[in-house]
Amino acid sequence: MGWTREQMAERAARELSDGDYVNLGIGVPTLVPTFIDPAIEVTFQSENGMLGVGPFPNEQEVDADLINAGKQTVTALPGASFMNSAESFALIRGGHVDLSILGALEVAENGDLANWSIPGKMVKGMGGAMDLVAGVDRIIVLMDHLAKDGTAKFRRACELPLTGADVVDMLITDHAVFERKGRGAELFHLLELAPGVALEELRSKTEASFIA
Amino acid sequence: MPQILTSAAGALDGLLFDGMTIVAGGFGLCGIPENLIEALRDSNVRDLTVISNNAGVDEFGLGLLLQTRQIRKMISSYVGENKEFARQYLAGELELEFNPQGTLAERIRAGGAGIPAFYTKTGVGTSVAEGKEERDFKGERYLMETGLFADLALVKAWKADRKGNLLFRKTARNFNPIAATAAKITVVEVEELVEVGAIDPDHVHTPGIYVDRILTGQSFEKPIEQRTIRAGAE
Repeated sequence: MGWTREQMAERAARELSDGDYVNLGIGVPTLVPTFIDPAIEVTFQSENGMLGVGPFPNEQEVDADLINAGKQTVTALPGASFMNSAESFALIRGGHVDLSILGALEVAENGDLANWSIPGKMVKGMGGAMDLVAGVDRIIVLMDHLAKDGTAKFRRACELPLTGADVVDMLITDHAVFERKGRGAELFHLLELAPGVALEELRSKTEASFIA
Repeated sequence: MPQILTSAAGALDGLLFDGMTIVAGGFGLCGIPENLIEALRDSNVRDLTVISNNAGVDEFGLGLLLQTRQIRKMISSYVGENKEFARQYLAGELELEFNPQGTLAERIRAGGAGIPAFYTKTGVGTSVAEGKEERDFKGERYLMETGLFADLALVKAWKADRKGNLLFRKTARNFNPIAATAAKITVVEVEELVEVGAIDPDHVHTPGIYVDRILTGQSFEKPIEQRTIRAGAE
C-alpha cells in the first residue's frame, strides 16, 4: 500500500520540463534524476556553486574539489559551470532556478514549510533551504505522509520553526499528490491517491484541510 | 604586491589578536584553508568570532579550533557535521548566529563591496526575521540584512600569481572569492604559485588587489565528507 521512495521520486520527475534548471534537496529528492524522461534536458544546480551536476563519480573520477550541497562527490557534465556562493544564491534568490524539490518535516495547509530545525534536538542550521523556498518559482516537497510515531506531517499549521511561509506548490507523499493552484490563500487540491489508499483513510491521516 | 610566505605560522605572523573576527572560505571540508586553520590553532589566539558557512568536522578544519575552545562565536548556515559544536552550543559555551546560506554569502559580498545593508525575501515569516527591519517593495515583503567585514580573511585558492590574482578549482571556489574581499587583511593559501602573466587576465577569478599574503609550499589533505561512487562503477 502506498508509494515507495522511488515511486515518489518518479512522480516528482514527471513535473520536470525540457530546459528546466532544478535544485534538489538531500534525501529522497536525490533519487529524482534516475527517473527523468531521457527525451528532455534538465540542468541541475547545486547551491555550493555549480550548474550542470552529473552522476556520482567512478573510483578514478573522485575529486575532493567537486562535491554537491550534500557534500557528496559528484561529476560535472559537459557545459557545467562553477560560481562563487554569492552568485550561486543570486541565481536562486533572483528567480532564475525554475524548480526545487525538497524534503520536509511538516507542511501546512497554507503552504508553510518546516524542514530545518527541531528545537532542543537538532542544531544543524538551515543551510540554503530558506533561500531556495524564498527565491525559486516552484517548490515541490517530497515527504512521508506520517511521522515515524504515526502523527500527521501535513498539518493545519506547522508546529516546528518555519523554513518559509506560503511557499509549497506541490506535495508528494507516499499516500497522495496535492497541488495548489497558486500562492496566497489557496488550499491544496488532491490530485492523485497512491494504490490501496482510500480517500477516507487519507483524511484520517491528514490534519490539513484540502480539496478532494 | 602581496608577501609570499612558505610557513603557515609566518603567514599569520603579526595579524592575530584575541577577540578578533575572521572570515574563512570553504563549504564543508571543500576548499577550506586547512593549513592556515592549523596555524590559527597553534597560535592559541582566543575569543574568536568566525564567519564561515560550516564549522568543519570534529577532527578537521574549524572543528580543531572548537576543540581548543578558541572560538567564542560562529556565524554560519549549517554545522550539522560537528558533534563538539552541538555540545558546546547546547551547553551555552558557544555563541551561534545562524544565517540562511545565501544571506550569509550576500552579507559577506556586501561587506566586501562597501554596502552596509540590503533587503532580501529570504527568511520572511521565519525566526530569521526576528528583530530585523522589514519593508515592502512592489507589494512583496523583504528583510534588511547587514554586510559583514572581518579583521582577517583566510582563503584557499588553487593557483595564485605573484601579484595575487587567484584561480579556484571546481566547487572549492564556494565562499573563497567573497571571503577574500571582506576583511582588512586577506591571507590566501594556494596549491601552486605561478609567475606573473601565467594566468590569462580573462580567466582571473579574484583580482590580486584583495590579497595581502600568499602561503605556498604546503601539502593539502582535502578529506572527503561523503565519498559517493556510481552504482556499478568499479
